[in-house]
This record gives sequence, C-alpha cells and structure tokens, in this order.
Amino acid sequence: MTTSAPVVPTNKLGLTKQDYVGSKSTLCAGCGHDSITAQLINAAFEMNIEAHKVGKYSGIGCSSKTPAYFFNQAWGFNSVHGRMPSIASGAALANRELINIGISGAGDSMSIGIGQFVHTIRRNAPIIYIIEDNGVYGLTKGQFSATADLGSVLKHGSVNELAPIDPCTLAMELGCGFVARSFSGDPKQLNTILKAAMVHNGTCIIDVISPCVTFNNHDSSTKSYKNAKDHDFPLHELGFVQFNELEQVEIPAGESRVVTFPDGSKVSFRGLREDYDPTDRFGAMKTLHEGLEKGEFLTGLLYINTEKPNIHDTTHIVDTPLVHLGQAALKPGKDVLAKCMAELM
Amino acid sequence: MARKAVVDLMICMNPESAKDDVLKLTAGALVIYDEPLKLNTLRDDLIYYPVPFQKLVTASCPEPKLHKLVKNMIYVGVAGQMLGLDMSETKMAITKQLKGKQKAIEINQAAVDAGFAWAAENMPEQTRLKVVADNKTAGNIIIDGNAACALGAMFAGVQVVGWYPITPSSSLVESLIDYADEYRRDENGKLTVAHVQMEDELASAGLVFGAGWAGARAMTATSGPGISLMSEFIGLGYFTEIPGVFFNVARTGPSTGLPTRTMQGDIELCAKCSHGDTQYINLYPGNMSECFEFAYESFNLAERFQTPVFVVTDLDLGMQNWMSKPFPYPEGNFDRGKVLGEKELAEMKDWGRYKDVDGDGIPYRTLPGTPGGKGAYFTRGSGHNAYAQYTEKPKDYTDLMDRLRAKYETAKGYVPKPIVDDTGSKRGVLAFGSSDPAVTEARDVLAESFQKKTDYLRLRALPFTTEVDAFIKRSDVIYVVEQNRDAQMKALLVEFYPEAAMKFKSVLHYDGMALAAQTIVDQIIAFEK
Repeated sequence: MTTSAPVVPTNKLGLTKQDYVGSKSTLCAGCGHDSITAQLINAAFEMNIEAHKVGKYSGIGCSSKTPAYFFNQAWGFNSVHGRMPSIASGAALANRELINIGISGAGDSMSIGIGQFVHTIRRNAPIIYIIEDNGVYGLTKGQFSATADLGSVLKHGSVNELAPIDPCTLAMELGCGFVARSFSGDPKQLNTILKAAMVHNGTCIIDVISPCVTFNNHDSSTKSYKNAKDHDFPLHELGFVQFNELEQVEIPAGESRVVTFPDGSKVSFRGLREDYDPTDRFGAMKTLHEGLEKGEFLTGLLYINTEKPNIHDTTHIVDTPLVHLGQAALKPGKDVLAKCMAELM
Repeated sequence: MARKAVVDLMICMNPESAKDDVLKLTAGALVIYDEPLKLNTLRDDLIYYPVPFQKLVTASCPEPKLHKLVKNMIYVGVAGQMLGLDMSETKMAITKQLKGKQKAIEINQAAVDAGFAWAAENMPEQTRLKVVADNKTAGNIIIDGNAACALGAMFAGVQVVGWYPITPSSSLVESLIDYADEYRRDENGKLTVAHVQMEDELASAGLVFGAGWAGARAMTATSGPGISLMSEFIGLGYFTEIPGVFFNVARTGPSTGLPTRTMQGDIELCAKCSHGDTQYINLYPGNMSECFEFAYESFNLAERFQTPVFVVTDLDLGMQNWMSKPFPYPEGNFDRGKVLGEKELAEMKDWGRYKDVDGDGIPYRTLPGTPGGKGAYFTRGSGHNAYAQYTEKPKDYTDLMDRLRAKYETAKGYVPKPIVDDTGSKRGVLAFGSSDPAVTEARDVLAESFQKKTDYLRLRALPFTTEVDAFIKRSDVIYVVEQNRDAQMKALLVEFYPEAAMKFKSVLHYDGMALAAQTIVDQIIAFEK
C-alpha cells in the first residue's frame, strides 16, 4: 500500500517555504537569531515576497551573519561594522523597487553604528531595520554591548555599570514612523510585526530581544531567555491583513484599533494595556519609559505613522528606479554643454 | 605661465599680516596700503602708495555697517586706475557676480568709482606694470576645477551622490547640485540623480557603495581627511569589486593641516587606500579640460573595472579660476561594464560572481532586482571564492588577490595615457596634476637660461602604463616633481620600477602655496651642479 506524499503548501507565487531559506546557520545551537531568521522566512512566504526584489544587508557581528541564512534568491551584502544603513540607503536610492532588510545587532547599531542608525531614521530610508539584541558581543566572545542593562552580569562575572541605550525610545525620539520591540521567543508577534514592516514605506526599527545562549543566557542576565520571558509584556495583540487578502479576512471589530498602510494593508491592535495608542508618539513614549523603569520589556508595534515622507520623497527623484534609466535620460545633450560653456565665457 | 614666486604688486589691507608681508617683498615692488598702517617706515627700497581707505569709504558708502566689506572694492578702483585697467570690465564683473541685486551692485560700483577717482587725482603715475587688453583669450571660458569635475559627472549620468562638506571639495558637489537642478530633471520635473548630504564621510562612502552595488553610477567628493575616514569602506569596495567614484580635492595635510592651502599630499593614500593589499585606478587631471574629461571617464572606468576610482585634484585646481578652451562634448556611449541581465543568466550554465571568464581579471556581475531566479549572490568583505561563497582556504584567497592584480594590469590599457614631450634629451621631468604650468615654464627657463633641454612626461593616471615604462627606460635621470614632503609619487615609481630607482630625483614643494617655476629650476640646477 502506498501513501501519497504530503502536499507542500505554496503561496500565491507558487513558491514553497523552502524557496525562502538560505544557507545553513553557523550560529550556536539555540541562538535567538535563528528564530528571527525563521520568522523572516515565514513572513516573506506568507506575504508572497518576490525574493529577487529583496536586498539583505548587514554589518559585522553574529547578527550580521544571518542574511546568508534566508532568501537564497535575494542579493545580500555583508558590509562593515555599523555601516549597514548607509549601504542599504544607497541601494534604496539606486533602485526604489527593492525591499530592504537590514540585520544588525546591539553592538553594530548602538555603538559603532549609532550615527548611521540615527541619521537613517532621520532620512526615513525604506529599510526593515532589525536589531537582534542580546546585549553582548558574541563574535568577540562576550563583551558588553551598549544595550546591556545596568547591573547586568556577564558569564565570567563582570558587572555592567553603565546605563543602557534603548533603540526603541531613541528611534521614537527621532520620529521614526515604525518602531517595534519583540522577543525571539514570541514567534507569533514577531511574524506579525515583520509582515507589517514589509508594507511600510520608511524605516522600520524592530528591536528583537534575542538571547545569546553562549555568553549571556544565565539567570542574572537581563537578556537571557528566562528573564525575557518573565518580563515580556505585550502591549497588544497584533493582527495584520495584507491588502490583497482584505476581502477574505475580517478585521476584528470592537476594541481593535486599525492603522492602514498606503498600499491598503491594515494592522490591527487589540489593546492589552488600557489606553495604549500606537499612533500617539508622546503617550507611547511615556508608557515605554515607565516600562523601562520597572524593568519590563514592553513588546509590540510601539509606534506607527504611515504618512511620513521618506528618502525618495525628500530627494525628489523620479518614480522609475534610477538604475532603470538609460543613457538617454542620464546624459544631457550637446546643446546643454554649449549653454554651460557660453555661461562661462 | 605658472604663478610667480615673486610679488610685483602688493595690496595690504590686513593690519595683522601687513608688516610681515612687506618685509618679505623683493626690492622695487609696488605696495598699495591703508594709510594709517604707515608701512613706508619699514624699508626704503619699495615704492609706496598710501591710500586713505576709511575716508574714501565713508564718503562713498552711506551704510556704515557695510564699510568694512566695501573697503575692499575701493582698492579695486585704485589698482584699476594704477594699472590702466579698462574699468568697463570691472563693471561687468560686478554685475555678473551680484546678478540682479541692484542695490549691492550700486554700492560696490560706487566704491570702485571712488577709488578710481581718488587715484587719478592723487596718485603719481606708474608705468612699470600695466594691464593691456589682448584678444588672445577670446572664446575661452573661466572655470574652477570643482565646477569642471561637476560638469563631467553630470554628463556621465551620475545617479547617486553621497557627500559631506569639507574644504576645498564642497563646491564640487554644490556645483553638481546646481547643474543637476537645471539639466537633470525628467518631464515631470523630478531629478534623475539623488544627492544626499550625509552625516559624515563614512556614510557618504557607504551610500556610494550601496548604490554602486545596486547598479547606479555613484560618487562622492571630499578631501584628505574625508578619504581617511572613508578608507575602510573603500577597501571593502576594492575587495568586493563595487564601482564608485571618489573625488579627492587635496589640501595640505596631515591631520587638519592647512585646510585652505594646496598639496599633492594624498598620492599614496589614494593609490593604496585602506588596510591590506589594495591598488586603485587614480586619475590626475592637469587642467580644466581634463577635470571635465576625467570626471566623465572615471564613471566608465569604475564600472568597467568594478572598483573604486579616484579622481585626484587639489585646492589649486579645484578652487582657483582657470582659463580654458570650451570643453568638447563627450561623444559615445557609457561603458557600463560586464553586467548580466535575466536573459544572459538564463543562457549561462555556470555563473560565478568572481570568476575570471575572459582572462582579463574582470568578472561578471549581476544587479539586485534582476528577475528569473538566477544571479543572486552574497557580497562579503570576508574571504570569498569565485562563487562568492565564504572561504578561508589559502588558495581561494591567493587566487582572488592575484586576479585583482591581473585586473589592475588590464586597466593599463584603459586609463588616460601620459602626455609625453620627447625632445631626445636623456634628462626627464615627470610631473602630474596642478604642477603642469610651473613645469612647462621651468622647462623653458632651463632650456633658454641654462641650455638644459628636458623631456617631459605628464602622468595622468595610475596604474603606470607602457608609455611610462618607455620614458623611464630611455632617460638617464628623471626629475619627479611633486607637491609634498615625502616624495610620494617617487615612492610609487620606485616600487613599480625598482631597477630604475637610482634614476629618480625628487623636486619637492610643500609650503601650501601653488608651485612656482623658479622652485623647479632651482632644485634641478642644484642637482646638476
């Protein structure tokens, strides 16, 4: 007796999840980063992303190795430490049709790369900017990063005496139009946030607490699985509906808040905390700061503003991707040179 | 004619430096100065022209808060009268400079007129120095090197510009922005070039390589300190083979140095930027036409060779106004290099991003966004093999480094050849960039006053081409003229031509001022004594 092979699910492009994977991860077994990679694969599969339109970028560090582990059919660029955002911004300007996924870490973004982090948000370059945040430098064998909490203890016993920099409140202060925090141990929430980010047309800062199993996963570390699980307070239950699925899926009515993206997709928030409004920047910042004081990881889509002009708007470039322009559009004619010369005579 | 080292006429307006300046003059020089400075008491071998600037400006300019600025226009009138200048020229210049600002034009013109009238009435006639109009320059343009480079980049179709202000390069990008504003818009008025003032030079270089990687023609302009900051990225661009154009308008280093003075001080920096073994195509324009031409060509070279290309000018070329013949239109098509599209990829069996298929060291690249499911690859600054996969294997690494060197060899056939003046002399002069006018004049002086004929090779690019090989071979001695202390170009020559090391003699100039012919003459004569 034969049994038929199980049907492998495909998405609207006829692709399987397997079509979105990358090379095998070389990170430590149990690394939180691999869970983030898995959710990127799931989200892209569910969102019917055409992988060839994706640019994957990273700097240096454990997190920055991960773009090799998803989307084999996308172009990847592992650049220099802390400088992923400028590479991604350059590519985004050259080809405005690219979906840009930047993977960074706590050291890469909050220390050496904090300048680029800040200014990329200011310019609102369309990048899904994921910080795989473990509070530690794993690749150089366990030094504190700038997101390590005050009093946090490393495996070998040293205590962090400096206050952390929080990427989310910093991003909100800078006016970022999409700020989220999640936990690599909460795949459902992360998946929803990633899907919403894939339709947002500006910088998306997603700080994902991602414990380092090798150097920072003991009980006294605030970025350990145990501590993160104990202190992970989701702000809301998130729902996401892509534009082309709107007819089939109903947005839960009632208490839900709904924000619509320019392409028509919708994200819904069912509040778990009273009065948390992800479109109210000042209110959101107050809640976040209070949470940080209490040692809580408030997770979810913390702030959203879908109407902020992005780098394509502020550079006033043509609607066609610049790389698709031919010589005729790029090289002015003889008459122009003659005019320029005449003005200099 | 290059600039002279000796000053014939000095106008002293700055009380702080006037005394020092006058003491440095050669006997017989003319000095126009602000009367209260009493410079005529300093020495008695100069010819003095004291001018009551304050009195003149008070009488001619009704607005006291502008007096300080307008004072400088008084001396334009004084000097104009003294030198016999056609004053309609200054009038035209003021009108052009202050385009449309009628009030400013009137105030400045009134000051010039006041100076002129005062000089005509009160100053003794001077016959030694006169300005005589000639039509030998008819049809020429006046432009600075930064604007010429900007024009070249605009006609090269530059698509992405990331920059950070720094003297003396800022006006290069500012000119480009102005030109693009006018000539690089589509039918809807939108720009076909994105220019972004970045947060620093690091991010500027990143923007260039991100854009270059994605298939755009991208550039930045900076000066020495900026190149230092960009070095890490530039090394990445070399190793991962991404096109990008880097204009270095050099100033006097090291460190902050003399930001408003000139130097050819970044020759080695740009030849071998960043850690590890690296080699770059460098272009050395020597005049305004070449600033335009090489800026245009640099984008072709960057894409052909998939590598960062430096256009190395300096403050003297970049910021000073120079006269030039109008630039010829750059004919022909852009060279976009070896880029595979969907169709080519579909027909290929075994594409590897870093495979040397043609034996010229230049691999084929693909651009993100190319459909068809083929051609995606992973760019990494770490070790990579011909298929862009991570590797630490010794042979993969040496294969890659040797291919990069082979690619550099290929570039010899593409970069601008040197300009050689072969007089049959065994005495050679090798120079580049802004040294050209001084070298040209020095060669005339050497030939006429000292009966020393010289051959001249004006280097216009790295890598050194076969013309350089031949020049070095046939010369007994080669004077390498450069504007830095450490003989940086000579060091490169010795590295690439070790067998000729003893032939090279350095003629050096590094005080921040433009090179004068006399400096070259003196040093060559000293060598030959």
